Amino acid sequence: MSKIFALAGVVIKELYRRKDFYVLFFLTALLTLAAGAVNFFHDDKIVRYVKDICLLLIWVSALVISVVTTARQIPAEREARTIFPLLAKPVSRWHVIVGKFLGCWLATGVALVVFYFFFAVVTGSKEQIWPWGAYLEAVWMHWVMLAIVIAMALLGSIFFAAPSSTSTITLIVVGGILLLGTHLNTIALQQPQPMQSILATVYFIMPHLEWYDLRDFVVYDMGLVPVRAVALATLYGAVWTTIFLLLAWFGFRKKSLNT
Amino acid sequence: MTAILRTEKLRVEYRSRDLRQATKVALNGLDLEVRAGEVFGFLGPNGAGKTTTMNVLLGFVPLTSGSASLFGIDVRQPIARQRIGYLPELTYYYKFLTAEELLRFYAKIFGLARAEADKRIAELLKLVELESAAKRPIKSYSKGMQQRVGLAQSLINNPDLLILDEPTSGLDPLGRMKVREIIQRLKSEGKTVFFSSHELGEVEAICDRVAILHQGELKAVGTVAEVSVGSDNLEAAFLKIVGYQPSPLS
Repeated sequence: MSKIFALAGVVIKELYRRKDFYVLFFLTALLTLAAGAVNFFHDDKIVRYVKDICLLLIWVSALVISVVTTARQIPAEREARTIFPLLAKPVSRWHVIVGKFLGCWLATGVALVVFYFFFAVVTGSKEQIWPWGAYLEAVWMHWVMLAIVIAMALLGSIFFAAPSSTSTITLIVVGGILLLGTHLNTIALQQPQPMQSILATVYFIMPHLEWYDLRDFVVYDMGLVPVRAVALATLYGAVWTTIFLLLAWFGFRKKSLNT
Repeated sequence: MTAILRTEKLRVEYRSRDLRQATKVALNGLDLEVRAGEVFGFLGPNGAGKTTTMNVLLGFVPLTSGSASLFGIDVRQPIARQRIGYLPELTYYYKFLTAEELLRFYAKIFGLARAEADKRIAELLKLVELESAAKRPIKSYSKGMQQRVGLAQSLINNPDLLILDEPTSGLDPLGRMKVREIIQRLKSEGKTVFFSSHELGEVEAICDRVAILHQGELKAVGTVAEVSVGSDNLEAAFLKIVGYQPSPLS
């Protein structure tokens, strides 16, 4: 495990020495504060509207940070050829895959905590209520979802040499799942065959990232999600993450190290 | 003496994805043995297969047939690399890290305890004369300094076998002298050094034995004196072995 943690540590150092996180956090904070300061729609429940905007920005920022950071990990190692002195040590390619995953996931987790803390402070200062339990559940589910996304991006980065291709494809897939995931089954039923079967199959085999979106629970104060449901979702996320990591390792094992 | 690096009938083929292109044989039946405590020079013109051999030993390239082992362990097992240090020809390190952070990272990879890692890092930074720059990011280093960081990282685990790929390439005379001194020092400590080089004078000065590779095949192996029999020096022997014909103009 020390090898995996060492690799993860380098990923985390890289993230906080780059500007991506700071820029996205600054933009999120700025937009949220601006939205909170101006009551565009003369809505009495401005807090709800600020919450909605802030959470959307957090979701977009977290997705961008996780996908962009992950997508460049393996290609950057190959391009800068840092992979050679690394693999000349007693490190296997599985260690590299898991270490990179863990580093990206932990770094994204730190970013999420910073973002949600800012969210709690902004909304709490307006509402004077602090539903920490709901926030904790929202952060946890968000983080589990990002584990699947990071593993997916890592898999993509094995097959696409350009990080921009991996980022774009991953963001399109994740965006598609988040927007259409819940409705795909209903859409399938309205289609003629064979499209109906194809869409239904896609619905049942895709990772349901939309299950992890607890924004409505936070915005509309809907209370807590049952712990059993959170545990099952965590298990489901762990299974998908493992599948993507195994596929990434399998691809990386066969991959020539030369760019 | 025990052989700590061994290849037997090692063959490496590079298959092209283009079916019209023939398979390239990079190494053909290479039998090599490096014994404990010796400085072994691995020579050959560009494209002879030196880097491929090193890549197989380090597990970067799969072998097609034959075998390769380090300390008796198949090179395909990561544990075979626990007691080796590797210095690549060019510097390939995380440029956003400082020299100290890079060494600490590799120390963790080898599972060194904190106190031991601290001691080792301090020793190595002193050895490569980078103490004053230890907390600066590697991206701010000159080429020579980066090469010295490379040398330090290759020694972090106090390796018994050091694999150096053209360790003095691109270094100024002082840098070359420093690398030579370090190799001599490692030899005096009983370490084994396996290195490739185009600097035949350097090889002649520090190697116990040399091997000459040409077109993927081993052409000569032995002490410098044995390989140079019938020639004035190692350079003349090398040129003869690889079939160099001086052009009429020269």
